[in-house]
Amino acid sequence: MTGPLAITITINGEPATRAVEPRLSLADFLRAEGFTGTHVGCEHGVCGACTIRVDGRTARGCLTLAVQCDGLEVETIEGATGNGCVADLQDAFIENNALQCGFCTPGMLLTADELLQENVSPTRTEIREHLSGNYCRCTGYQAIVDAVEQVARQRAERT
Amino acid sequence: MKPTAFEYVRAGSLDEVLTVLEERGDEAKVLAGGQSLIPTMNMRFAAPEVLIDISGVTELRGIEVRDDVLRIGAMCRHVEVLNAPEVAEHAPLIAMAMPNIAHAAIRNRGTFGGSLCHADPAAELPACVLALDARLNIDGKSGPRSISARDFFLGTYMTCLADDEVLISVDVPKVMSENVTFFDEVARRRGDYAMAGLASQATVRSGFITDVRLAFFAVGEVAVRAPHAEQALQGILLQDMDADAICSAIADDISPFDDLTTSGAAKLTMMQVLTRRAVESFAKQGAHA
Repeated sequence: MTGPLAITITINGEPATRAVEPRLSLADFLRAEGFTGTHVGCEHGVCGACTIRVDGRTARGCLTLAVQCDGLEVETIEGATGNGCVADLQDAFIENNALQCGFCTPGMLLTADELLQENVSPTRTEIREHLSGNYCRCTGYQAIVDAVEQVARQRAERT
Repeated sequence: MKPTAFEYVRAGSLDEVLTVLEERGDEAKVLAGGQSLIPTMNMRFAAPEVLIDISGVTELRGIEVRDDVLRIGAMCRHVEVLNAPEVAEHAPLIAMAMPNIAHAAIRNRGTFGGSLCHADPAAELPACVLALDARLNIDGKSGPRSISARDFFLGTYMTCLADDEVLISVDVPKVMSENVTFFDEVARRRGDYAMAGLASQATVRSGFITDVRLAFFAVGEVAVRAPHAEQALQGILLQDMDADAICSAIADDISPFDDLTTSGAAKLTMMQVLTRRAVESFAKQGAHA
């Protein structure tokens, strides 16, 4: 009854059909598939380290069950890195020292990218508010806000 | 921090939801966006035997403009409500509240109906539906019923939903041109649970303020109206509104208790600050009306 269920999730463009226990979180599922850029921190939706994209929108990997994503498309930081959509953010994070240990960084990048897709010229307050669900215990956030602000400017200049 | 094992049913129709609920009763929990239920299960505060995933049930989705009301499906995700032009036009109070609900990633998954059924005392939406005098449409094996928001919330995490019932949609009366609305909350950071919050709407006719609804949240077991303060505003000319009198009336209505982060006394002060802001905002909106 509570045994494994067969599901198919498209991870970074590649469909994966697996039998999973209903209680398996999407974050744990992805990590077991080798996508360990999905970090598991608080496991109750507070820290944002497990942020991934489900059907193009950010979600908490720890608050989503793998079985809920049957038939859906999931993108992890490995996928976003591979297709280059966050390359400018990654460069800016390095340039601005916007990471130290790197635990929060995958979630920060995907969350920041979602903000910049919806708001091409966010204020620093808007950047802080959008990132308020992603904890960083190293940087004090200032450098992260600097990096996101810089990329917003760069993307605006490019278009 | 892993949930106990459970059975998972992905419902294909409302009928299937109701059948499983009838068969399994309080062993079952409805899973909408899961943004409150899953953490509760991860911490093992809840251990349902079966989860009924309603995300594929079309009858629970969609936002519909009807004659007098805006009907919001229980399974509408917060992000859909936030971005819906119909909500901005017909239910501005809800549109104002939406950005305050958790964080973007949570709003992408969490649902309108889920937030109401979870009945967190610090949640924004219970206060909104209370202030708007919305009606909640419920279905169960004993038949559909509709209930006023005033009667829906019973206490912290408690509603009048029976074990075999599910919330279908919410009917929000459309805003009228003479309505004035105000929403604000005090939180440490955007997206955090509020320490105190206020959702309110009133009507301004010929310069007089009537039909005042002040619904506070994060100040008690459940979102709550403030009848004395509402009475202190009722029938007053906009320019004669006395914020001091209204603020002192609030102390007669609600005695907030301490929570983990904020004392009851601080919450009362925040409620009074929010009320002052509401009164100022009503005066401004009413002057333009």
